[in-house]
Amino acid sequence: MSLFQLALSSLRSRGLTVGLAVFSIALSVALVLGVEKIRTGARASFADTISNTDLLVGARSGSVQLLLYSVFRIGNATNNVSWESYQDIAARPEVDWAVPISLGDSHRQFRVMGTTPAYFERYQYRGGRSLQAADGGLLGDLFDAVIGADVAAQLGYSVGDPIVVAHGLASFTEHDDMPFRVAGILEKTGTPVDRTVIVSLEAIEAIHVDWQSGARRTGAATPVEAIRQMDLQPEAITAVMLGVKSKLKIFALQRFVNEYPEEPLLAVLPGVALQELWGIVGVAETALVGVSALVVATALLGMMALILSGLNERRREMAILRAMGAPPRTIMSLLMAEAVIMAAMGAAIGVALLYAGLAVARPWLDAAYGLYLPVEGLSARDLAVLAAVVVAAAIVSAVPAIRAYRMSLADGMMIRM
Amino acid sequence: MHDVDFTWPGGAFGLAIDQFHVEQGEKLFLLGASGSGKSTLLSLICGIVTPQRGKVLIAGRDLAAESGASRDRLRAESIGIIFQMFNLLPYASGLDNIILPLRFAPGRRRRCGDARTEALRLSEALGVPAELVSGGPAATLSVGQQQRVAVARAMIGRPPIIVADEPTSALDASAQEDFLNLLFEQVGSAGATLIMVSHDDRLAGRFDRVVPLKDIARVRRAAP
Repeated sequence: MSLFQLALSSLRSRGLTVGLAVFSIALSVALVLGVEKIRTGARASFADTISNTDLLVGARSGSVQLLLYSVFRIGNATNNVSWESYQDIAARPEVDWAVPISLGDSHRQFRVMGTTPAYFERYQYRGGRSLQAADGGLLGDLFDAVIGADVAAQLGYSVGDPIVVAHGLASFTEHDDMPFRVAGILEKTGTPVDRTVIVSLEAIEAIHVDWQSGARRTGAATPVEAIRQMDLQPEAITAVMLGVKSKLKIFALQRFVNEYPEEPLLAVLPGVALQELWGIVGVAETALVGVSALVVATALLGMMALILSGLNERRREMAILRAMGAPPRTIMSLLMAEAVIMAAMGAAIGVALLYAGLAVARPWLDAAYGLYLPVEGLSARDLAVLAAVVVAAAIVSAVPAIRAYRMSLADGMMIRM
Repeated sequence: MHDVDFTWPGGAFGLAIDQFHVEQGEKLFLLGASGSGKSTLLSLICGIVTPQRGKVLIAGRDLAAESGASRDRLRAESIGIIFQMFNLLPYASGLDNIILPLRFAPGRRRRCGDARTEALRLSEALGVPAELVSGGPAATLSVGQQQRVAVARAMIGRPPIIVADEPTSALDASAQEDFLNLLFEQVGSAGATLIMVSHDDRLAGRFDRVVPLKDIARVRRAAP
C-alpha cells in the first residue's frame, strides 16, 4: 500500500467531512474560474462589438466617450461633425470606406441611428460576421426602419409594423407626423445593434425638416410628399466609422483628423479606446478577482481546520505508523498528501462545475446581457490557478503536518485515546 | 540496557534502569501494573525515544547514538510491535495492515518473498480466514480477529524481536489462552525474541523468564 493509497483510504473513511471540504474547494475554484471566464468573455464581447473598423471619428471629446456613444450607444455626443468635414475625410486617399452615423432620436427605450446602406456591409461583429436580416429586408424606402432583434422581441414588432420615432432621448415629442415602417428585423448579434432602430440618414433629416433648435417650427407642416422631393443631405452627423486601405496609414489618417483645421475632431482606434476603458473598469475587475481569491483562501483554511481538528482523533493512527518504523516525515507527508488530494479533487470538481454552469448559463447570458462566453479548454492562466490551489493546499497543510510531527515525537509508543 | 535514565519532555515522568538484558530467542514476561513505566520502557526499547543518559543496545547497536532516521529504520527492520488494542488502521483492510510495515523495512520485505501470500499464510495460521483479511476495512473485524491480524503484522518478514504491550487485555479468558498459543507458535517457529508486558501474572507461566518491572526500573515522578 503506497502512501498515496493510504491517504486516499483514510480520506474515504471520513467521507462526509472530507466531501464537504472538497466541495467548498470545488465551489471556490469554480468561482475563480467563472469570474475569469466572465471577465475575459466581457472583454471579448466588447471587442467583438466592433471589428474591422479602423478608426472612429467624432467631435472632439474623450476617446472612451466617443467609443461609448458611437458604438455602444452609451451616453451622448457633445457635438456633431459637419457634413463638409465628413466629406473631406471620406475623400482622403487613405480611406477605403466611410460610414456616417447620426444618433440622437429614440424609439421607446431604444436608440434610433441614421446611417447609409454601407453600414450593413461594413459593420462587422464577432470576428468578421456581417449583419443579416432574420426577417424582411434592409433599408429601401425613405421611411424604412431596420430593427435589432431585442427591439423586435421586447416591443413585439414584426415586418410591416409602423414605428414612430421620438425626438431626442426620453422625450415626449414624437415625430408622429412621419411614421416609419419596419422593413426588416436583424439577426441576434449580442451587440448594441440588437437594441437599435436603424434608419437612413436622409430619414433623420426628413423628420427634422420642420424642426429648429430642438423644437417644432410653428406653422403648417411640410407635407410628406414635398419632403420626399427635397434634397435630404444632412448638415451634420454624429460620428464616422472608417476603414483604411492599408493598416500602415491608420496613424497618418488619425493625425489628419485630429489636426483638421476647420473643426475640432477626434479620431480614435477602437482597440486603443477599449484598452483605455478597461483601464477604468480594471479596478472593479481586480476587486472581483481579489474577492474570489479570498474565497479560495477561505476554503483552504477550512480544509486546514478540518485536518487540524482530526489530528487528535488520529493520534492512534500515527502511533501505529510510528511503531511500524514510519519516520516522522512520513506522517507529515501523509497529511500533506491528504491535503493535496483534497485540493486536486476540489479543483477537478470545480472545473466540472464551471463547465456545467457554463452550459446552463451560456444561452441566458447571451440573451440577457449579450455576453457571449465561448466554451473552450482551460487557458494557461486557468491551469496556473488550479496549480496554485493545489500548491497552496500543500503549503497550508504544513501547519497540521508539523503539529502531527511534534505530536508523534512526543507521544512515543503511548496510544492516547 | 546500561545505566539508562530517561525523562519525558516536560519532566512529569522519568525512568531509570541500571541493568536490563534480554537474550536472543528468549521469551520474557515483564510484569507491571499500570503507571509502572511499561510504555516508557517499551518506547526506549523500540527507539521511539532516546534516554538522556546511558545505553540501549539492540543486537550490539546503541540506539542512543543513532540518528532518528536510522532508529526508525532499525525498529522497522527488527521489531514487531503489538499494542493493547486498536492495533490496526481502521480504514485499511486487514491484508493492507499486515503488509504495511514492509513499506518501511526492505529487509523484511525481501525475507518474506511475495508479501500478500505470506500475509495470508500468517493470518490463516493465526486463524483469521483469508476472505476476512482481504475483505472490508479492518474496523469491521472483531477485537480478537484484530489482535491476531496485529500479530501477523508484527511477525511478517520475521523480525528478530516481538514487543507486545498487554496484547490480551481486550480479550476474555479463553480467547487469551488461544491468543497466547498462537503467539507462541508463531514466535517459536520464527525463532524470535518475545518481550511481553502485562499486569496479569496468570499469563506468566509459559515464559522463559518473568521480570517484575519494579525490580529493574525506578520510576520518578515530578511533584504535582
